[in-house]
Amino acid sequence: MKNNVIRKILGGTSFLLTVTIALFIVMYIIGMNMYHEAGFGNMQTFLNMLIDNAGLIIAAAGMTLILITGGIDISVGSVVGLVCMMLAYLMQNQGVNVYLAVVLVLVFGVVFGTIQGWLIAYLKLQPFIVTLAGMFFCRGLTAVISVNQIAITTNTTFLSVANMNIVLPFGGTLNKHGKMMYPFIHPSVLIALVAMFVVWYICKFTKFGRSLFAVGGNEPSALLMGINVRKTKLRAYILNGFLASLAGLVFCLNTTSGFVEQARGFEMEAIATSVIGGTLLTGGVGTVIGTFFGVLIKATIETFIRCDGTLSSWWNKIVLSALLCFFIVLQSVFVMIKSKKKA
Amino acid sequence: MNSLRKPFSFKGILHQQLFLPIFALFLMLIVNVIITPSFFNVSILNGVLYGHPIDIINRASELIILAVGMTLVVAASRGTDISVGAVMAVSAALCVRLLGSNYDSYATPMVWAIVACLFAGLVCGSFNGFLVAKLKIQPMVATLILFTAGRGIAQLISAREINGIMVPGQILYVRMESFKEFGGFLPNVVVPTPVFIAIGFVLLSWLVLNKTALSMYVKTVGINPKAGRLVGLNSTLIIFFTYAFCGVASGVAGLISASRIYSSDANNIGLYMELDAILAVALGGNSLGGGKFSIAGSVIGAITIQALTTGLYAMGVSGDKLPVFKAVVVILIVAIQSNEFKRWRAAYSLHRKAGKEAAK
Repeated sequence: MKNNVIRKILGGTSFLLTVTIALFIVMYIIGMNMYHEAGFGNMQTFLNMLIDNAGLIIAAAGMTLILITGGIDISVGSVVGLVCMMLAYLMQNQGVNVYLAVVLVLVFGVVFGTIQGWLIAYLKLQPFIVTLAGMFFCRGLTAVISVNQIAITTNTTFLSVANMNIVLPFGGTLNKHGKMMYPFIHPSVLIALVAMFVVWYICKFTKFGRSLFAVGGNEPSALLMGINVRKTKLRAYILNGFLASLAGLVFCLNTTSGFVEQARGFEMEAIATSVIGGTLLTGGVGTVIGTFFGVLIKATIETFIRCDGTLSSWWNKIVLSALLCFFIVLQSVFVMIKSKKKA
Repeated sequence: MNSLRKPFSFKGILHQQLFLPIFALFLMLIVNVIITPSFFNVSILNGVLYGHPIDIINRASELIILAVGMTLVVAASRGTDISVGAVMAVSAALCVRLLGSNYDSYATPMVWAIVACLFAGLVCGSFNGFLVAKLKIQPMVATLILFTAGRGIAQLISAREINGIMVPGQILYVRMESFKEFGGFLPNVVVPTPVFIAIGFVLLSWLVLNKTALSMYVKTVGINPKAGRLVGLNSTLIIFFTYAFCGVASGVAGLISASRIYSSDANNIGLYMELDAILAVALGGNSLGGGKFSIAGSVIGAITIQALTTGLYAMGVSGDKLPVFKAVVVILIVAIQSNEFKRWRAAYSLHRKAGKEAAK
C-alpha cells in the first residue's frame, strides 16, 4: 500500500518539475547565505542571470519542443554562432541595414530548420545524425564567412538596442554612496520572455502543440488518431530553426560580435536545461516553464562559480554536465518505475 | 595502403558491402591525381618516406583506430559515440601531464603514462557504456555528457604551476625526444609509427572479434537485442563492452595525437574527430541503424576521408571550412542508405517499367 503511494508520487509527470523548482530554490537560498557579501541576493543579480541567458531561454524553448516530439537538435549552438557571424558580417563589413540583416538571419533559421525537418520527418533519418551534420555545416560556414572576430561598432541602431537599459521601478538597493540603484534589464530579456510565453501558449493551447505531445508519446497511435506525424515533426523543426536564429540574434545583442568559436557547447546547455526542467528524452513529456527553471539553475551555478572567484570557468561545463547526468539517470529510473507500474 | 586492406578485402572483395567504400576511395584518389598530378610520387627524404599517399595513411591512423571502435558501437547499440574526440583530449592530457616537461627525464615512466592514458580512455568508455547499456539512455545523449564535459576535464588536467599555484587550461609540452616516436618515426624506420599502431590495432581487434564468437554476438545484439537475450546473450554486457572498447580506441588515438605535437592541447586534440569517425563508418557501407558491420569497410572509409581532407587541403581549403563539405557528404550517404530513399527508388523504377510496357 505504502509502496503504491510512493510510486504514484514518483510516477506523476510533474515530479521531475517539482524536483527542479525545489533544487533551484534550495540552491538560490544557499547562494544568498554563502555569498551575501558579493550581492547574491540582490534583484540585479537575479536579473543579470536572465540577461546573460536570454539567448539560452529561447534556444532551450525550441529544444523543448523538439525533445517533446522525441527528436533532438544539436545544431542550435552552431546556428547561434553562424547567426552572430552573419549579423556582424552583414552590418559591419557590408553596411547592411539592421532590419534587413535581422530579417535575413531569421529567414535563414527557418530555411535551415525546414531542411533539417524535411530530412528527419520525410526521409526518416535519425535526428541526431542530421543535426550533427547540421552542426558541423554551420560551424564550417561560419569559418567560410570569416575566421577573424568581427565586432559590431558602427551600426548605432543595433548598439543602442543592445545597450538599452530598461529600469524597473522596484527592487532597488543602496550603493556605496548611499544612492538608490534600481535594477534594469535589456530588451533581449523581453524578447526571450515573450518567445518563451508564445512557445508555452503553443504547447498548451493549440492543436499543433497538443499533437506534438501525441507524436512524442507514441508515434503509431498518433498516426492512428489521424495526426499527420510527418507534418507535425516538420513544423516543430521549422519553429525550432526560427527560435534558434532568434536566440542567435539575442545572443548577438549581448556580445555584439561574431567569431568562429562563439556559442560552442550551447546545444549541450540547451539540452541540459530542458532535461533538468523535466523534459523526457524519450519524448511526450515536457514544459517550457520547467525549461525556464532549468536555465535559472544553470545561471545559478554560473553565479556561484563567479562569486567564488577561485574556481576555473571550466567548472561551469563540468558541473552542468554532472547535473545533466544526474537528471538523465533520474529520468531513466522514472521511466523504469512507470513501465513497471503498467505491467 | 595495401598492407592495411589485404587481410580483409581479398576475402570480401566481391561482397556487396565493400563495393561502395572501395569505389569512393578510388574516386577520391582519381580526383586527387587530377588536381595534383604528382600525387602518387613517393620519395625518401631525410631517411623517411615522403609523399601524399604516405601522408594520407599516416594522418588516417587515428581515424582508423577510432573508426574500428565506432563501428562496434554503431553495430551493437544502433547509436554513435560522439564523445570520442573529447575522450582523446582527456587521455592525451593525462598522458602528457604524467610525463612532465623536463628536458632530461620523464616524471613518470613512459609505460605507466601510456597505461594511464589507455585507462583514462577505458574509464570514459565504461562511463558511456554504463549509461547506455545499464540505464538504457539513448547513446547520443549519454555520450553528449562527455562530449561537453570531456574538454573541460582535459583543461583541468592540463594544469601547470605558475607562481606557486596550479593554473588549469595550459598547453603542456613534453621535451623528451622518445615521446615523439609514437606520432613520428622510430629510428631507422622509413614508415611512420602511427601506421604500425593502426595496423596492430586493427589486426588485434579483428582477431579478437573473428577468432571468437564476439563478432556474431555484436551483430546479434545490434539486429535484435530481445532475440539476442532470448538465445542467452547478455546484451547489456556486450553493449557495455563495445563502449569500453571504443573508449580504449580513443585513448590510443589520443596518445598518437599528443605525440604528433608532443604536447596536450585540450581545445584542439580530436576536434571534429567524432564526425570523421561516424563518416568513416557510414562510408564503409555500415548501416548507422546497427546490426551487420564490416571493420574492413570502416578502415577503407577512414582512409577515404583522410584522402578527402588531404585533397581539400591541397586545393587550399582551410581546416576550419572542411566540416561544411564533410557534413554534406554525411547527409548524402545517410540519405542514400535510408529505407525511405530505397522505397522511392523502387517506386520510381516500377513507374518507369510500367511506362515502358505501356509504350510497347
